[in-house]
Amino acid sequence: MKRRDFLKSVSGLAAGAALPAVPQVVSSAYADARSETLLIVSEGGPNNLDIHGVGTNVPGYEVSWNCYDRLISHEMKSGPGGVPYYDRDKFKGELAEEFKIDDVSVTFKLRKNAKFHDGTPVTAKDVKWSLDRAVSVGGFPTFQMSAGSLTKPEQFVVIDDHTVRVDFLRKDRLTIPDLAVIVPCIVNSELVKKNASEKDPWGLEFTKQQTAGSGAYKVTKWTAGTEVIMERNDDWACGPLPKIKRVIWRMVPQAGNRRALLERGDADISYELPNKDFQEMKANGKLNVVSLPFSNGIQYIGMNVTKPPFDNPKVRQAVAYALPYQKIMDAVMFGLANPMFGAPKDKPTEVVWPQPHKYNTDMDKAKALMAEAGYASGFETTISFDLNFAGVNEPLCVLVQESLAQIGIKTTINKVPGANWRTELNKKEMPLFTNVFSGWLDYPEYFFYWCYHGNNSVFNTMSYKSAEMDKFIDGARTAAAAGDTAAYESDVKGFIDLAYTDIPRIPLYQPFVNVAMQKNVSGYQYWFHRRLDYRAMAKG
Amino acid sequence: MLTMIGKRLMFAIPSLIGVVIVTFLLTRALPGDPAAYFAGPAATKEAVEQIRKKLGLDKPLIEQFFRYTNDLAHGDFGNSLTTGQPVATEIRNRLPASAELTLLGLIVSIAIAIPLGVLAATRPGSWIDHLCRVTTTAGVSLPVFFTGLVLVYVFYFRLGWSPAPLGRLDVFYSAPPTVTGFYLIDTLLAHDVEAFRSALSQLILPATTLAIFSLAPIARMTRASMLAVLASEFVRTARASGLSPTTVIVTYAFRNAMLPVITTLSMVFSFLLGANVLVEKVFAWPGIGSYAVEALISSDFAPVQGFVLTMAVMYVLLNLVIDILYGVIDPRVRLEG
Repeated sequence: MKRRDFLKSVSGLAAGAALPAVPQVVSSAYADARSETLLIVSEGGPNNLDIHGVGTNVPGYEVSWNCYDRLISHEMKSGPGGVPYYDRDKFKGELAEEFKIDDVSVTFKLRKNAKFHDGTPVTAKDVKWSLDRAVSVGGFPTFQMSAGSLTKPEQFVVIDDHTVRVDFLRKDRLTIPDLAVIVPCIVNSELVKKNASEKDPWGLEFTKQQTAGSGAYKVTKWTAGTEVIMERNDDWACGPLPKIKRVIWRMVPQAGNRRALLERGDADISYELPNKDFQEMKANGKLNVVSLPFSNGIQYIGMNVTKPPFDNPKVRQAVAYALPYQKIMDAVMFGLANPMFGAPKDKPTEVVWPQPHKYNTDMDKAKALMAEAGYASGFETTISFDLNFAGVNEPLCVLVQESLAQIGIKTTINKVPGANWRTELNKKEMPLFTNVFSGWLDYPEYFFYWCYHGNNSVFNTMSYKSAEMDKFIDGARTAAAAGDTAAYESDVKGFIDLAYTDIPRIPLYQPFVNVAMQKNVSGYQYWFHRRLDYRAMAKG
Repeated sequence: MLTMIGKRLMFAIPSLIGVVIVTFLLTRALPGDPAAYFAGPAATKEAVEQIRKKLGLDKPLIEQFFRYTNDLAHGDFGNSLTTGQPVATEIRNRLPASAELTLLGLIVSIAIAIPLGVLAATRPGSWIDHLCRVTTTAGVSLPVFFTGLVLVYVFYFRLGWSPAPLGRLDVFYSAPPTVTGFYLIDTLLAHDVEAFRSALSQLILPATTLAIFSLAPIARMTRASMLAVLASEFVRTARASGLSPTTVIVTYAFRNAMLPVITTLSMVFSFLLGANVLVEKVFAWPGIGSYAVEALISSDFAPVQGFVLTMAVMYVLLNLVIDILYGVIDPRVRLEG
């Protein structure tokens, strides 16, 4: 080595030695950013930032919920385990300062200081345009609006700049709750109209890529399938200023890695992990794990009642006696679910949903029923499940297969890819299957309307039709709208009893929503949509 | 040389046309119904039909095909329904991520496998030969996602040496301005040393995973082909003429042993692009493989077609590069060409 080179390399070394001071500065800025930032890791991310869009997925709902405001929202109450839980029956104004409900309509007075992210004030015409949009775009949003009898643009009337009236189509208990779900969000109509085209009059292409709301957060960067970055809207007028300044939501497809990120303290919050992980994390106590039952949700075994052998109620009852309920609770759910089976014989039916049925694993009874039905030697069939939820569905189906074999029912397991599942459900040809249904609106008649009514919606996966059932369900809806409690209660009890004697679908359990977070993260709230509400959350 | 490249490219055209037709038909033959999928869980039959119309899936197959090829000719790959973005943009953004990872993995792998193979061949039966055999057997018998998970568990979860497996950069760094799309190069061009360090440390584990997987074919092929060449007469002549062992091995034997190794390399590279899918999943890497798989799961036609087409083009180019390399290494090939 030449002398000059040597000197050079020594001075280079000295410069290198001085370097570590620089990262120090970087990392303290880093620490600040960290304490005001919420890092969420989950399996999937949004495909559209607007819930009115074509085929917006469930993660997209979370963006909509946090970046848009609605006219009204729910109050909080203390739920199971003291976790804040939305109060189904109490509403508060969000964009509306106050609202008055009478027999034929509801009138909203808007907040005068509410502004969209671009600074334009929120006015009554934005509200009308947004609600018109929700009932007109078709697909899921329109469908959800119709669940609350909100179907026509004429129902939304602008009174003045800050007053809007929503006229009722008919008396329906679900109209007000339906205005507090995610769909009727208020969109910046001027901004979106500017970016709409003749082919796309509602500007769906524009709002797919960016948020145009007045909500507490706005999306500043979205890389589909990779990350969503949301910044707080410091001018948010509809509630106290949220504590979290920035939300970084990263997609980490590997469940094991999400758990590692949480346990190492790199991620703040995660959901969609296997039940076993949640149970272990609960047990070792390093993280806060919140588990709350899905409101109005049930995992069940369904049977197609239009075709033999499941058209015979005796066979269905036999299956109901043959299912390995407790094994499923222990080995598949690791206890993270509410059992929906084995209620005591003498327990009267209550006016709540979901509630356990009275079947229990009883092989002798099941065999006797099979013999009565004329299937003493059993039969062959297939059991289908949705591969998107294979983590639960696959072991569950294997256990069911094993149990049914004991009463002579030989089943083949049919794994249906996620993309196909809905097509298969719509065909209504699968003889035996497992599935989950959960309704946003937490009312028994709402659940039964979708799942048991003879109008045969896609969720009536069993193709169950019974005039008596329809009478109970329609009766309960009418009674609820009219406020006739006695008739309502008798109808609700009526349809629950009938659903459990006829047993076209056998409830297994009410699943839990599991969320794991660092100990320094607080303010988690349970919402009917089961996604996160960043507005109430805080760190440190 | 130019005529050879031109000829090769001409040959590629019919295969590309074939790929376009086959992917179009295959995606249409998939059992899923995208309209039902995207109409959402609560959709009525009418809603599904509405969506089908919006997506243009109610048109006859042949019309859909012509529309598709017409769009392709205009450089429009269509829109992905799952991510909501134009496919061409997505592929352009994601391909560099996969390419950077695959190339780095391959370079690491070559840097280890070729010396290992050469050493094993020169000393058959020695400890280094056994080491070569054991590492390659282990590498090839471990599935990539498993190696990936083990590496994450040990180096991130247990030891904490490696950064969180959260994609290409630490969440608190912003991506460098895109020049090449390779973060290692772009961060340096932007003089952002911190980001470069972050990008590099994010790359180490996934690249190692890929390297471990691809060690075996390269090392084994190098060893076998070196053994064959070392046993040949011209090597014996060279040795007999008193040339130094280094000259014999490097100049004469190695260069002749390279041809099968190059062929293997091209195969390994295509292999790695496939194996990438799993590695990308494990390391939350925003690459092209995970994109295609997700699209496939949701019967999202456009990205699947775009992906297959891009891959086909890449294979054609790759094969071309290999052919040119043959010519560089072996003059006989040049002469024939």
